[in-house]
Amino acid sequence: MKRFSLSEEAIDVARERGALDHAAAGAYASFEGWVRNHNEGRIVRGLDYQAYAVLASNEGEAILAEAVARFEVREARCIHRIGRLEVGDLAVWVGVSADHRAAAFDACRWIIDQVKERVPIWKNENYADGDSGWLHPDGVSTPPAG
Amino acid sequence: MSYRLLYFASLADRAGCAGEERASGASTARELYAEVAVAHGFAFASERLRVAVNGAFVDWEHALASGDEVVFIPPVSGG
Repeated sequence: MKRFSLSEEAIDVARERGALDHAAAGAYASFEGWVRNHNEGRIVRGLDYQAYAVLASNEGEAILAEAVARFEVREARCIHRIGRLEVGDLAVWVGVSADHRAAAFDACRWIIDQVKERVPIWKNENYADGDSGWLHPDGVSTPPAG
Repeated sequence: MSYRLLYFASLADRAGCAGEERASGASTARELYAEVAVAHGFAFASERLRVAVNGAFVDWEHALASGDEVVFIPPVSGG
């Protein structure tokens, strides 16, 4: 069973939620990450996500398996977009079902934090001034060649 | 030995390609990064990168085999 996936298409949350259905679940928590129109003082027009797909899928599955083992949840899913996105687009969705709300919230937060830290996906922001750049957020900027 | 390297994000921009087949005398991931960093002018110190071989993270002293797919992973920015 695949719990994590990369998608080149828009994420249909209503459809994906069905995978979390469970008669014992009394709670559903989700996180949606959206493309915002600004970052670090610059106006953002859109962005491109690139992934090392094989490793991203393996690492994403590992995170969701860890979440299900670590928290009292019934099911968990995460989908991350790749390719070109516009401001307002849904970039990443996390959904968790659990018997009670505390575990659903906790697992949801933990999953998105782990995905942002561990999964090999990169964001290239396209700025209003025509410039663009890959984000490697460990405190040092690396301008593209040329 | 010959390795298949894939480049992503700013490393691909810097290398000017998404990947290459590379003949090399390097026997570990660390040695191979030192070689390609010079060849392509990569600015990242290895401490800022992770390395994956054949789709799995490995440590820098991992012994490479001819034909391995090797990917140097710059700091990620998904989400």
